[in-house]
Amino acid sequence: MSKSKSAYSTPTKVSKLETHIIVVWVDNEASVLSRVVGLFSGRGYNIESLAVAEVDQKNNLSRITIVTTGTPEVIKQIVLQLKKLVPVHKVGNFKREDKNVIFKEMALFKVVGNSAKINKALNACKKFNPVILDQTKKSAVIQITALRREIDKMAKNLKSHGLISVSRTGAVAMTRGAEIFN
Amino acid sequence: MPKLYTGAEIVFKSLEEQKVSHIFGYPGGAVLPIYDELKNHSSIKHILVRHEQGAGHAAEGYARSSGKPGVVLVTSGPGATNVVTALTDAYMDSVPLVCISGQVPTHLIGTDAFQECDTTGITRPCTKHNWLVKDIKDLQRIMHEAFEVATTGRPGPVLVDIPKDIQFAKTKYISLKKEKKIETKSKNRFNQKDIDQLIELMNKASKPIFYTGGGVVNSGPKASELLRELVALTGFPITSTLQGLGSYPGDDNQFLGMLGMHGTYEANNAMHDCDLLINIGARFDDRITGKIDEFSPKSKKVHIDIDPSSINKIIKVDLAIVGDVTDVIKSTTKTLKKKNLNLEKSNKQKISKWWQQIQKWRTKQSLNFVNSDKIIKPQHAVQRLYELTKNQDTFITTEVGQHQMWAAQHYKFNKPNRWMTSGGLGTMGYGLPAAIGVQVANPTKLVVDVAGEASILMTMQEISTAIQYNLPIKIFILNNQYMGMVRQWQELLHEKNYSESYSEALPDFVKLAEAYGCVGIRAEHPDELDEKIEEMINVDKPVIFDCHVDQAENCFPMIPSGKPHNQMLLGPKDQEENKITGKGKALV
Repeated sequence: MSKSKSAYSTPTKVSKLETHIIVVWVDNEASVLSRVVGLFSGRGYNIESLAVAEVDQKNNLSRITIVTTGTPEVIKQIVLQLKKLVPVHKVGNFKREDKNVIFKEMALFKVVGNSAKINKALNACKKFNPVILDQTKKSAVIQITALRREIDKMAKNLKSHGLISVSRTGAVAMTRGAEIFN
Repeated sequence: MPKLYTGAEIVFKSLEEQKVSHIFGYPGGAVLPIYDELKNHSSIKHILVRHEQGAGHAAEGYARSSGKPGVVLVTSGPGATNVVTALTDAYMDSVPLVCISGQVPTHLIGTDAFQECDTTGITRPCTKHNWLVKDIKDLQRIMHEAFEVATTGRPGPVLVDIPKDIQFAKTKYISLKKEKKIETKSKNRFNQKDIDQLIELMNKASKPIFYTGGGVVNSGPKASELLRELVALTGFPITSTLQGLGSYPGDDNQFLGMLGMHGTYEANNAMHDCDLLINIGARFDDRITGKIDEFSPKSKKVHIDIDPSSINKIIKVDLAIVGDVTDVIKSTTKTLKKKNLNLEKSNKQKISKWWQQIQKWRTKQSLNFVNSDKIIKPQHAVQRLYELTKNQDTFITTEVGQHQMWAAQHYKFNKPNRWMTSGGLGTMGYGLPAAIGVQVANPTKLVVDVAGEASILMTMQEISTAIQYNLPIKIFILNNQYMGMVRQWQELLHEKNYSESYSEALPDFVKLAEAYGCVGIRAEHPDELDEKIEEMINVDKPVIFDCHVDQAENCFPMIPSGKPHNQMLLGPKDQEENKITGKGKALV
């Protein structure tokens, strides 16, 4: 048995990682985002993507959507810790695999090339509701909405079709059906 | 037209409405308008500290000994950064503090102005919530909300940052009674079903144990009374964390002593072998659990806590009861009585075996030490201090280190709010300013800071505060010239390489006391100890007591980190008897 020289215990077995989408309704006030993000960094939780905007001007509410990875215990802690923050109203927690929840990200692709090349790029995006937001003789800006891994794939595929710049949002989420999350 | 008040006036009107009688602080440029207003509010007494960290710890001592929130007033920049340690300490140990800080005027924020710092940014991770007041109209609401947040649920520190121009600006003040009551989330989330489940578990258990913590103290004196009733009603053994000491009488037969890294042999073994563990207001801290995988492997676990995020954070439990300890215990005893379940009688046979086992562990007398008639043993000093002060209502604070553990092991507390120590953060230098706060809240009581010579030097300047306000605190230094706990770890785990743990050039504490204008006493021999302690108690002035103790003494028993509860390291006597070599040695 080797001697432990640490004043602290050593890490023990870790359970499997899961990816969750956490939705937080907060008062839209100064530094609220830094409270939420600071909680993640301070406690060593991951943020894979983040989307935030005001959704209710009258009540001054913002909706923050965070994609995070952690063990089930850590995910539970994240939710409970978020609920303790004073400006937080409610917290939703969904597994990425959850069939009852829609997740979407948006991406803008700038493609440079002749019209044939641009059309090829547009064609490749067909599955993801492509919209051309800007077009010149030798360039186009294409908007798609899709899942994260689909956008990852498209960004890779379009490289050969003249893709020179990518801009993308974090995921936003909405439950299916008539119910809303409470 | 209603009368208009300045921001500074609103600060004090809010404090008055919150029934604040003392604030601990230090003035400076950005907070001068508030200090200017102080003279107009005679019901609020300001205690001038010597360093803002001292103000924070003093407010903590005040809060923990009185049950009321502590209030701190500091200036911007260094004033605010100096108080960060105390805020973090209060956050870790769930102490209600309201810290008011000055800030540079609104138009200078973000310009790197003189004594500007991002106070709300810096204190965000170490407060329950904080506010930067940007509009005078928000000030009153924020002040009252600050007290609300600090004192409800799991208590903790909050900070209100007030720019200087806001302190001058004027607006209306509406008395709190007229203000609509601030919404509070209900703290109790349990129902009768949970209580019934708990009682069923208690009924079935043959090796039960109560493991209680600071939550019992924080829940108020009523919780302690109810706990005593519950423990008597069930006949179960009870152990306490460092922070929970005093909520159950330390000299009672059902009390197994403190558990954890330096807890007793019987408490830790009982935790390991029990079949029902009832955690009341404790948080499975790593100094308590030891190795998580082997923590209390055979038990059903119940966790009673006001903070939902404490549940299943470290140890997965079978039954979680989220609520105020007072309310949960009240429901439990009520149900026990209603069902006419006298567990002590009905379970007696089952539990009596458990008690026999506990008695066996007790015979180890794990807190024993080899006393000496030539040199003062630190444990002996604490024992004598206890014996000579137990006849009066004594308040003990500590610094952090060996002396802290010896105080926890050998001083027996019978009431809650009598024991103030920095447990979560482990802040050396906590005890002296905390003692000041305790003495302010309890002016006629005996307040002793059990200290180490290394810790005390971190906030030594506050003795000057004690003298200014005639606060007769007693600083009882167990002086071994080492950072004792560091030295102990180095001896046991780092091949006796005492790297930087010896304090060269210590001051002469008796002369130091005299220089500050208080009384210095030195004890170097066991024979003179009692007489000198009596002398200390009888002086109606602050005292620095320099008690020279054995330099080589280690704090036992001890669970080496990363080890489970049943692999404790006992004191030298036991080690000798059992001739621990080879495998046993590796347990260190």
